[in-house]
Amino acid sequence: MAITFTLNGGRQTVDVNPQTPLLWVLRDTLGLTGTKFGCGMALCGACTVHLNGSAVRACITPISSVAGKTVTSIEGLSADTTHPVQQAWMEEDVPQCGYCQSGQLMAAASLLAKTSRPTDADIDEAMRGNICRCGTYTQIRSAIHRAAAIKAGAKA
Amino acid sequence: MSEMMANRRDFLRVGSGLLVGLFIPESSRLAAQGRGGNGAVNPNAYIHIGADDSVTFLITKAEMGQGTVTSLSQLLAEELDCDWTKVKTEFAPVNPALYGNQGVYGSASIRTTWAPLRQAGAAARAMLLDAAAQKWGVEKAGLRTENGFVVNPASNARLSYGSLAEGAAKFPIPTGVPLKDPKQFRIIGKSVKRLDTRDKVNGKAQFGLDARLPGMVYAVVARCPVFGGTVAGFDATKAKAVPGVKNVVQIPQGVAVIGENTWAAMQGRKALEVRFDEGPVASVNSEGIRKMFAEYATQPGAVAKKTGDAEAALATAAKKLEAVYEAPYQSHSPMEPMNCTAVVYPDRCEIWASTQMQSGGRSTAAQITGLKPDQVKLNTLYLGGGFGRRSGTDFLSEAVEVAKAMPGTPVKLTWSREDDMQHDLYRPASYVKFAGGVDAEGWPVALTAKVACPSFFGGRPGTVDSTAVEGIHTLEYSIPNIYVDWRRADPGIPTTFWRAVGYTQNTFFAEAFVDELAHAGGKDPVELRRKLLRNSPRLRAVLDKAAEASNWGKPAAGRHQGVAVVNNVGSFTAMVAEVSVTAGKLKVHRVVCAVDCGHIVNPGIIRQQIESGIVYGLSASLKGAITIDRGRVQQGNFNSYDVLRIDEMPRVDVHIVETDNNPGGIGEASVPPLAPAIANAIFAATGKRLRSLPIRPADLA
Repeated sequence: MAITFTLNGGRQTVDVNPQTPLLWVLRDTLGLTGTKFGCGMALCGACTVHLNGSAVRACITPISSVAGKTVTSIEGLSADTTHPVQQAWMEEDVPQCGYCQSGQLMAAASLLAKTSRPTDADIDEAMRGNICRCGTYTQIRSAIHRAAAIKAGAKA
Repeated sequence: MSEMMANRRDFLRVGSGLLVGLFIPESSRLAAQGRGGNGAVNPNAYIHIGADDSVTFLITKAEMGQGTVTSLSQLLAEELDCDWTKVKTEFAPVNPALYGNQGVYGSASIRTTWAPLRQAGAAARAMLLDAAAQKWGVEKAGLRTENGFVVNPASNARLSYGSLAEGAAKFPIPTGVPLKDPKQFRIIGKSVKRLDTRDKVNGKAQFGLDARLPGMVYAVVARCPVFGGTVAGFDATKAKAVPGVKNVVQIPQGVAVIGENTWAAMQGRKALEVRFDEGPVASVNSEGIRKMFAEYATQPGAVAKKTGDAEAALATAAKKLEAVYEAPYQSHSPMEPMNCTAVVYPDRCEIWASTQMQSGGRSTAAQITGLKPDQVKLNTLYLGGGFGRRSGTDFLSEAVEVAKAMPGTPVKLTWSREDDMQHDLYRPASYVKFAGGVDAEGWPVALTAKVACPSFFGGRPGTVDSTAVEGIHTLEYSIPNIYVDWRRADPGIPTTFWRAVGYTQNTFFAEAFVDELAHAGGKDPVELRRKLLRNSPRLRAVLDKAAEASNWGKPAAGRHQGVAVVNNVGSFTAMVAEVSVTAGKLKVHRVVCAVDCGHIVNPGIIRQQIESGIVYGLSASLKGAITIDRGRVQQGNFNSYDVLRIDEMPRVDVHIVETDNNPGGIGEASVPPLAPAIANAIFAATGKRLRSLPIRPADLA
């Protein structure tokens, strides 16, 4: 079944089983491998993308539910790795193995879009669903605060 | 160019620049293997300088977060004296003849490359100086290098490395080039930014699971849920009826379902009808394993350490203590589940993998396909975490088996999270029966430990697997009478290295029991350790640093401290945990860690790794455990096997105590002392001695 949606700013049509999770459409059908598979049950956050601007877990989002909507994956977060969270992540040297970081960045970007200066409690709430086995949590927290400052500075 | 073989041609890009070969084996062990006694060794190759002044380093050690891409580059760049901002990296192909055994385990990457990579950089620099001297017609001795240029101070002439590379490649490779005095280092010892960060924040970094090839199909495998079980029969009719399923094939490990995408393959597997012969492990459960260990611990073991006469000293000790400590099986659960992509042709095989065992993976594929190792090309991709799990080649074997059944078709084999958690090669469960005695002044005079657990390595009856007792028989404490023995207790659950290997259980056991001895003798835990470490200056120095930095003995109101130390992977680590226990609820507020890992390559990465090990240790101490019922793992995903989350992250303070010693390992240094530091702090808070991991809220009530 053909399903059309907006992906990273462009119109995209895929012809797949409508039950197929968005995760596997992105990764296997469209070759956008920046979105990661971690658990398949919305338990780890590695597959986080934006659906109509909000963070969702692509691993439990059937492609049928995406029809007509707007999806942003890590590849579309910015054209040149300049989104404030990406800048902040680089400045804080956050990633270790890096596998969970696409999901962390997408979750953080969604948080900052809604809460311009998140508190530590806001960060706990927004990010506790994103597992990092390398343990970069302290750096993620610092980077989110830094990204908020970058964003505020850009506006000022 | 064909995708064939990592042969010498891949490295000899002399037409576009310099390539340095180096006559240094990776380790003496490798030198002993197949290199003969005549000093004839194959050159290793690490550096490529392009005519455009680009510098590309070939990284022989896989990157799983531990920082090899960056830190190995620092070693090369320091002696090469190149422009750090122009450094690029590639993963080196697998080529045992050139690089020796390629694998990442034992926190050994810096330890095994510290000398040879600096020597490679120095040799390359010397050849660039040769080329410049020839070009200018001057003596080489009067020239110097500066950030990617050769400079002639007499004439102020400068030539870039790129412009000299082709000429330099024609000079013989020098040996014995003097290395810099560490005081001159400008790249080593600095927290340069990681080279892999950018690609890891924009989705470009290619992990094993990201391999993509034209015509690729996607496979999952149905395996017997019981360890050691086999396929008794299957009916693929329903699986093949699932849209997108292309094929079903039996392999030695189970039945593979192949689809046009991963999800289709997974749906096909759900529909597959398989009967298994579960085998003898089907009667195994965790309670039975515990009883088995306890029973074994009463029987004679193989002696791992015997100093003095511990039994006699215990009999006459002023005070005697006995305690049993236990740890469960643990899964590794890296964020990237196991996977591998492979294609098999009649005369060759190519693999794309996130593996800690590059050489071993290539050999395994050769065995399965019947090809020669040099007909197998293994491409190293980023690892989405390793922690020891990817030292196994089981997942790689499965991919090669499926690919072998579909010659010429590239196959990506993916494990679901449940596959990953239920078919791991686990950190062994373990059981130790301790006895200890203190003298009339309260100082320990005897320690005995009877260890019962599975082996990583097997081995002959009556011999000791050192990984089963490390952390106990390696204690540096000056206790006059020590006896440690081990009996192999194998319930049939597969095991392998888990971050810090035997120390992960044994340092918890030993450092908590030593704490018990301290309290039995009325000694402060830091005071006791200081005295017993009188012959271990490096360990005592980090203990002193951690005690000072944590304000030992004077925690904030309502908080309590616990201490532990370890000497593993060539490094020395001390840790103080600060906790509170309120209404049965534990909170870890702060962990202070001091580490002496000798010469420092990248302090930023050292801090990352110390913090990473603490988080890994916190998950294993406070969160999940793997339990067995009817030969099956009861956990399946992060809802039944939870791990530490951001809101539980304590403050971590890392203090690096630099010493003038060869570098020690760092990836596994901070895991072992975390659990005992926490348990000892809980004792300080509650008077409860927790002797089994993970710590559960019920234990604190």
